[in-house]
Amino acid sequence: MKPGSTSAASFALLRRDLLLVWRRRGDALNPLLFAIIVVALFPFALGPEAAVLSRIAAGTIFVAVLLAMLLSLDALFRSDLEDGSLEQLVVSPHPLALLLGCKILVHWMTTALPLIVIAPLLAQLLQLPDKTLPVLLTALALATPLLSLIGAVCVALTVGMRRSGMLLTLLVLPLIVPALIFGAGACNAAQNGFAYSAPLLWLAAWLVLALILAPLAAAAALKISLT
Amino acid sequence: MTDFFAMHGYAAYVWPSYALFAVVLLADALAPVFARRHVMRDLARRVRRAASRKTP
Amino acid sequence: MNPLVLWFHKLGSPPYFYRFAGKWLPWLYALALICGAVGLYGALFTAPADYQQGDSFRIMYVHVPCAWMGLFAYLFMAANGFVGLVWRIKLSETLAMASAPVGAAFTFITLVTGSLWGKPTWGTWWTWDARLTSELVLLFLYFGVIGLYHAIEDRRQAARAAAFLALIGIVNLPIVHYSVIWWNTLHQAQTVSLVGPSKIAPSMLWPLLTLAFATHVYFFASVLARSRVALLELESGKDWVRALLPATETPHD
Repeated sequence: MKPGSTSAASFALLRRDLLLVWRRRGDALNPLLFAIIVVALFPFALGPEAAVLSRIAAGTIFVAVLLAMLLSLDALFRSDLEDGSLEQLVVSPHPLALLLGCKILVHWMTTALPLIVIAPLLAQLLQLPDKTLPVLLTALALATPLLSLIGAVCVALTVGMRRSGMLLTLLVLPLIVPALIFGAGACNAAQNGFAYSAPLLWLAAWLVLALILAPLAAAAALKISLT
Repeated sequence: MTDFFAMHGYAAYVWPSYALFAVVLLADALAPVFARRHVMRDLARRVRRAASRKTP
Repeated sequence: MNPLVLWFHKLGSPPYFYRFAGKWLPWLYALALICGAVGLYGALFTAPADYQQGDSFRIMYVHVPCAWMGLFAYLFMAANGFVGLVWRIKLSETLAMASAPVGAAFTFITLVTGSLWGKPTWGTWWTWDARLTSELVLLFLYFGVIGLYHAIEDRRQAARAAAFLALIGIVNLPIVHYSVIWWNTLHQAQTVSLVGPSKIAPSMLWPLLTLAFATHVYFFASVLARSRVALLELESGKDWVRALLPATETPHD
C-alpha cells in the first residue's frame, strides 16, 4: 500500500499499538486476572451450591468482564498523551475517527478477546449450564465491542486527568447499562428456555450504531479535551 | 385535624416526602448564596494581595 | 436591528445578563413560592383522597412535578450545551452547567418520594422496572456531567466536555418517558396528557398543574441565580466584577 495513504497510516497504527501491548504483555493480562478473581469470589461469598451459582452465573460473568475492561480502558490514550503522539494523531491529515477506531480495535483485541477466550473457564467456576455457554459467548462478543466503543468516548472526555479512575467509571456505567441488561438478559432467557434472539439482535443493532458513531464522537471529544 | 396529620395512616410516607421536597429545594436555593459569598471573598483577597504587591 | 433580536444578543454579555437576572430573580422566586403555596394547599387540603390509595396518593403532587422537572432540566442542559458547543457562547455554557445540579436535585426528590409512595402502594421500596431503572440512570448521568465539569481546570473547556457528555446521555430521555409504554412496568402509565383529555379528576388535576408551573418557575430562578455566581467566577478578572466588590477593596492604579 502507498506510504502516506490513510490505509497505510491505519495499519501502521494498528501494528504499533499491538506491538506496544505485546511488549508489556504481563500488564495486558491484568484484566484477565481481575475477572477470574472477581468471579472466584462469588462462590466464596454465596456458598458452593450449584443451583444458586448457576442462577447468577451469566450476569456475574458479564459484570466481571465489564469491570475488567474498564480497568484497561483508562490507559487507552495515556501513553500516547504522555509522549505527544496523541496530538500528532489529532493534527494528522488522516481522519481522526478512523485512527481512533484502530486504537479501539486494539483495545478490544487485547482486552476483550482474551476475556471471551477464558469465558468458558469463568462459566465453569460458576456452574453455568452448558446450553447457555454459546449464548453467553455471543452476547459477550456483541457487548464487549460496545463497551470499548462507548468507553473510548468517555476516555476521550477525561484524557489527561490525573485522578480520573472513578470518574471514568461513573461516566461509562450509565451508558453501558443497556448493553448489560440485554446481554445478561439474553443469557438468562436462554438458561430458562425462553427465546433469546431479540436481546441479541438489540445488542447487534446498538453495536452497528456505535461502530459508526462512537469513533466520530470520540474524535470530537478528543478535540474538545486537547484544546 | 388529627386525621389530617395522620394522613389516614399514611403519615409516615406523605410528610417525609413533602419535607424532602422542601429541604432539598431550600438547599438548592441557598447554594448560590453561599457560593457567591465564597467567590467575592476570594476575589477581595486576591485584589488585596495584588494591591499590596504593587505598593512599594 | 430588530429590538428583540438586539436584546437577545445583549443577553449574551455577562454584565448585562448579570443585571438582567438580578432584576428578575426576586420576582421569579416570589412567583414560585406563591404558586407553590397555592398548589400545596390544593394538594393537601382540597384534593379528595384517592379511593384506592387513600391519602398516600398526595405524594404524587411532589413526585410528579419533580419528575417532569428532572427531564425538563436535562433537555434545557442539553440544548444549551449544544448551543455552547456549536457557537461557543459563554452564557449557554454557563446556563447548561448551572442547570445540572438543579436537575439532579429534582431527580433525587423524584426517586426518594417515588420510593416512599411505592412502599404503601406496591409493598416495596424499590423495583427494577424500566421506569425506575431509567430514572436512576438519569441521576447517574447528572452526576457524571457534574463530576466531569468539576474535574477539569479550565472552566470553559470543562463546560464543553460536560455538555458533550450531556448530549451523549440524551438518548436516555425518551427511554425514561416512554418506558411505561414500551415495557410492562410496575410504575403506572401516564394519566396526564398535553393534548386531549387527562384521565384524572379536575379537582385532583389543578394542584398538580399549579405545582408543575411553580417548579418550572423555581427551576429558572435557580438556574439564573447559579449562573450569576458562575459568571462572577468566570469573569473575575474583569472590571465589572471588580466594581461589585465593597468600595474599600477596589484598588486604584
